[in-house]
Amino acid sequence: MSVMNAQAGAVRSMVDFYLTGMRTQIQIGFQYRAATYMYTIGMLSEPVIYLVVWRTIADQHGGTLNGIGGGQIAAYYIVWTLVRTFNIVFTPFGWEWRIREGELSAQLLRPIHPVHYDMATFAGQKIPWLIMYAPLAVGLGFIFHPSLHPRPLEVVVFFVAIWGAYVIRSLNHFVLGMLTLFTTRATALFQIWFLTELLVSGRLVPLTFMPQWAQSIAAWLPFKWTFYFPIEALVGAMSTETLLTGLLWQCLWAAIGSALVFVTFRLSVRHYSAVGN
Amino acid sequence: MAGVVHVDALEKVFRVPEREAGLRASLRSLVNRQWREVRAVDGVSFDVEAGEVVGFLGPNGAGKTTTLKMLSGLLHPTGGGARVLGHVPWGREREYLRRMTLVMGNRNQLQWDLPALDSFELNRAIYRLPREPFRETRDELIELLDIGDLVRKPVRQLSLGERMKVEVVGSLLHLPQVLFLDEPTIGLDVTMQKRIRNFIAAYNERYGATVLLTSHYMADVEALCKRVIVIHHGKLLFDGRLEALADRFGAYKTIEAVLADGETISMQVPRNETSAATARLLAENEVHDLTVEDPPIEDVIEQVFAS
Repeated sequence: MSVMNAQAGAVRSMVDFYLTGMRTQIQIGFQYRAATYMYTIGMLSEPVIYLVVWRTIADQHGGTLNGIGGGQIAAYYIVWTLVRTFNIVFTPFGWEWRIREGELSAQLLRPIHPVHYDMATFAGQKIPWLIMYAPLAVGLGFIFHPSLHPRPLEVVVFFVAIWGAYVIRSLNHFVLGMLTLFTTRATALFQIWFLTELLVSGRLVPLTFMPQWAQSIAAWLPFKWTFYFPIEALVGAMSTETLLTGLLWQCLWAAIGSALVFVTFRLSVRHYSAVGN
Repeated sequence: MAGVVHVDALEKVFRVPEREAGLRASLRSLVNRQWREVRAVDGVSFDVEAGEVVGFLGPNGAGKTTTLKMLSGLLHPTGGGARVLGHVPWGREREYLRRMTLVMGNRNQLQWDLPALDSFELNRAIYRLPREPFRETRDELIELLDIGDLVRKPVRQLSLGERMKVEVVGSLLHLPQVLFLDEPTIGLDVTMQKRIRNFIAAYNERYGATVLLTSHYMADVEALCKRVIVIHHGKLLFDGRLEALADRFGAYKTIEAVLADGETISMQVPRNETSAATARLLAENEVHDLTVEDPPIEDVIEQVFAS
């Protein structure tokens, strides 16, 4: 009984930490409203470019591309922007700064795993971003006329999947970031990772536009579960089985990410030289 | 019986790349990289009892901060061992991290854009502190350091000294039993230094906390520490009472005499000649007042580091 009480207390404390961490970041987001807005607008430029390019190509091919209409392409990239808002996490490139400024030392001195700190704070940042993103999304809708008719189940799966994407990306990037503790300049490795993500996640182009061999590779990597799956859950016409199996795949990749964080953290803190402030 | 802090032959060796300046050396390092071992801490052993405030002294690069980083669990040692509050620090058990703190003079754990009160609230959640006792502790510490008007301002608008005071309070909200303070008064003016010193003394007295303090300001050490540990080149040079440091390393004493005609004589004599010099002075002059003093602690420390 006392073990159960202790576990319940630990869960309550963790929920309290996440809510407090999120509140703190929401305050920071609102403190710098203009900067947050500029950031949100800047973030939209990437999918809008993709959208315009693919829409133009679709128009030149009689209005469809690989059987996908212009309205669906618009829906894909507009939902892309919402998924992107959710799957932004602490960048591995930031780890060098984090070490140099002593921020990692400060986090390691706290009785909570640093990955929770990153996940709580970035989850909080989503709230001001979403509030500022909403009118922009409406504006994009008026300009590009997306074709979007989701079923209620697709909406539910989408809202679970965007958080799943957030968790998977947070864990993967945390593992990547920790490589900085082994080698000072791990950025070259990050570039390869991000290039792969760009190509096989559905970020640059919907995976259905890719050749079959590329789609086969993508199926065995975590990237598609952080972009393509949540987007398609809302935009595409996935069967109920595909939707639910997709969520299970996300759980699997989250579990793999958690295990990697656990192992890599234990190894990397032994290498930490606390050279920063 | 081991103390609250028990350090046993602790060692830390860093392996650092090294090369000459210039393009040729840069190209050579591509195929033949040279490494050098830096023995930052070299077999240091000591114990600190509960409630003690111990000064941890040494010149830059002596290994003080590296030792504190190992004792707070940030660094894994290369050899030797340590236990703090019964825990192996680099095991980083949550129970241990909840009971200690490391305050570094140039570290900022506060949210830059928000009032410190918000960072304190985050610390409450991180350390799993019940709300009501947390509020009481927070208000007490704020009052003790008189920073009531600072904690509502965004941290970025605080001066260095103000930020340090707020930082110290933030580090103590969970009422740690062991404090590792690394240059807590660095860069502060004398008034601010004194405030921080008084606060540390008050915290130590109020909560019986054990404190290991590094500082280059001897005023900090004299005000807070009865005992000092001196390390140099990673090795322990001295561990004992502050006054004993002067006895052992003070090369001279200062004799001051006020003569009958009002003239004042001041002279520094080698330590082992103090008695003879005093006797000679008294025999040759009519002396109204006489004082024999150890050199200032700064001079003693300088002597230690030079030796």
